[in-house]
Amino acid sequence: MGNVYTIFKRDVRSYFSSPIAYVVIGLFLAVTGIFFYLMLTSFLQYSYAAMMQRQNVPLNVNLMMIRPFLLNTCVIVLFMIPMITMRSFSEDKKSGTMELLLTSPLTNWQIILGKFFATYFLYVVMILVTFLFMIFLFIWGKPQLMPVLIGYLGLLLMGAALVALGNFISSLTENQIVAAVGTFAGTMFLWVIGFAADFAGKIFGPFFGYISIVQHFEDFSKGVFDTSHLVFYVSLTFLMLFCTYQSVESSKWRG
Amino acid sequence: MIEVKNLVKHYGSVRAVDDISFTVEKGEILGFLGPNAAGKTTTMRIITGFMPASSGTVTVAGFDVFDQGIEVKKRIGYLPENPPLYADMRVVDYLRFVAAIKGVDKNTIDVEVHRVAERMSINDVLEKHISKLSKGYKQRVGFAQALLNNPPVLVLDEPTVGLDPKQIIEVRELIKSLAHEHTVILSTHILPEVSMTCSRVVIINDGKVVAMDTPDNLTARLKGSESILLEVEGAIQDVQNELEKTPNVLSVAIQPLAIPETAQYVVESTVGFDIRKELAARIVKNGWGLLEMKTSGLSLEEIFLRLTTKEEEVN
Ligand SMILES: Nc1ncnc2c1ncn2[C@@H]1O[C@H](COP(=O)(O)OP(=O)(O)O)[C@@H](O)[C@H]1O
Ligand SMILES: [Mg+2]
Repeated sequence: MGNVYTIFKRDVRSYFSSPIAYVVIGLFLAVTGIFFYLMLTSFLQYSYAAMMQRQNVPLNVNLMMIRPFLLNTCVIVLFMIPMITMRSFSEDKKSGTMELLLTSPLTNWQIILGKFFATYFLYVVMILVTFLFMIFLFIWGKPQLMPVLIGYLGLLLMGAALVALGNFISSLTENQIVAAVGTFAGTMFLWVIGFAADFAGKIFGPFFGYISIVQHFEDFSKGVFDTSHLVFYVSLTFLMLFCTYQSVESSKWRG
Repeated sequence: MIEVKNLVKHYGSVRAVDDISFTVEKGEILGFLGPNAAGKTTTMRIITGFMPASSGTVTVAGFDVFDQGIEVKKRIGYLPENPPLYADMRVVDYLRFVAAIKGVDKNTIDVEVHRVAERMSINDVLEKHISKLSKGYKQRVGFAQALLNNPPVLVLDEPTVGLDPKQIIEVRELIKSLAHEHTVILSTHILPEVSMTCSRVVIINDGKVVAMDTPDNLTARLKGSESILLEVEGAIQDVQNELEKTPNVLSVAIQPLAIPETAQYVVESTVGFDIRKELAARIVKNGWGLLEMKTSGLSLEEIFLRLTTKEEEVN
């Protein structure tokens, strides 16, 4: 455990002492911020129109504002993951420090978990920064808290699976660009497969739908917590970590 | 301290290490000498547990690298060919990190970092970022990293490559001074380097051990004689007499075979004379059967020729 933390701490420091962490967080905040602003203005127009028609029931902020925002954020995350994970293993492979790690008295799992948690930490920070927007909504409106928390829990769970996927692909190559492009292809696949599900017929349709990472998020975005989605994200995380383990083991064979 | 037995490593179809065996005693500096692509780095990577062998065994301090990797890794300080440095870290943070993953106790990390910094004379760059250091300092930081936690075994892969003459001399002095406390394996492709630093030399080429001796003996063998291996069918005594009469032959050793009237002969000759034609002619003239002839000592000389025998960098 101490060793996992040592690796974790070094990687996190490396992310936050270089521009990468700030670029990732800044870019994410900017893109989600733009969508938030657009959604907010259109929401305000609706409520204004509703007010003019003297409707007494106030519009539901959770339904009309937070849910689309979370769904949107979930898709933006797919584009951010490659930037978060591309360095994880590739940089160490390139600079030769992987040789240091693998010849130190560490187990492969300690190295993998340390690196996974470091990239996941960056992801969590990135997600939590957007909570600022929610605070804004809570100050000006009266949304329900629970659905928001469940939505964020969904983002964190989905992120764990995607970050693990990114780590796996980063462990396959010493080239960060290749790692980023490969991870991007992976996240896009897990998204687009959901659209394919509609056309894939009776046999493959449900299967494609099941592996679509975004479809599992839809319940979370509604504020519904369903353990089947939790199981999906956690299993995918473990599967990807296991693949990373295999990759680290076999890269030793290739040298 | 280190025992390497029948080590083989394939990369696809390339046989990078081909049945290498040797041992290193406690406190020894073993020179691992061979031209480029001989398999030095591959062997060291197997010893340090970076990659597994295709077959064969390595034990360090009685622990098997494959089965008890962690125990072996605790006991080895490894300086790879390219120092494994995190360019974006300060030297002191890097050394603290390596000390931590090598299992140095939290409370003594700073003491340990300063001990190796002192030893490598890098005190004045501890606060600098590694990316800002010169090649020589980077090598020293890599070396310092290998000394952390005071491992009983040091594995150094071409530690003087890319350094300037003054730094090379410093590094060699350092390695010699380390021999008292550590067992050292050092690889190099520079012939004079081993005679300057090592107590014993293993010469490898194309993944095979071609010679194993003290530097002095190896030099003597190189300057001394060449040997030719013959297999001849004919009355042994007569053949021996005839071989000994041949000009430039120094000695003839006989190894009788199971077949009657047939034996192997190792003929030592003065260096620089190729006597193979003369030997063949004499055997044929006597009506004996020449079953086999090969030079056995020549390959060693060829290896030596492929090594860097002069130090261009150091005058
Ligand atoms: N990772 C690798 N993949 C494939 N072949 C390799 C790899 N590393 C080394 N080799 C090959 O193995 C042989 C020995 O290489 P190496 O151990 O690096 O030799 P040396 O360190 O003596 O120069 C060379 O022919 C080299 O091309
Ligand atoms: Mg080498």
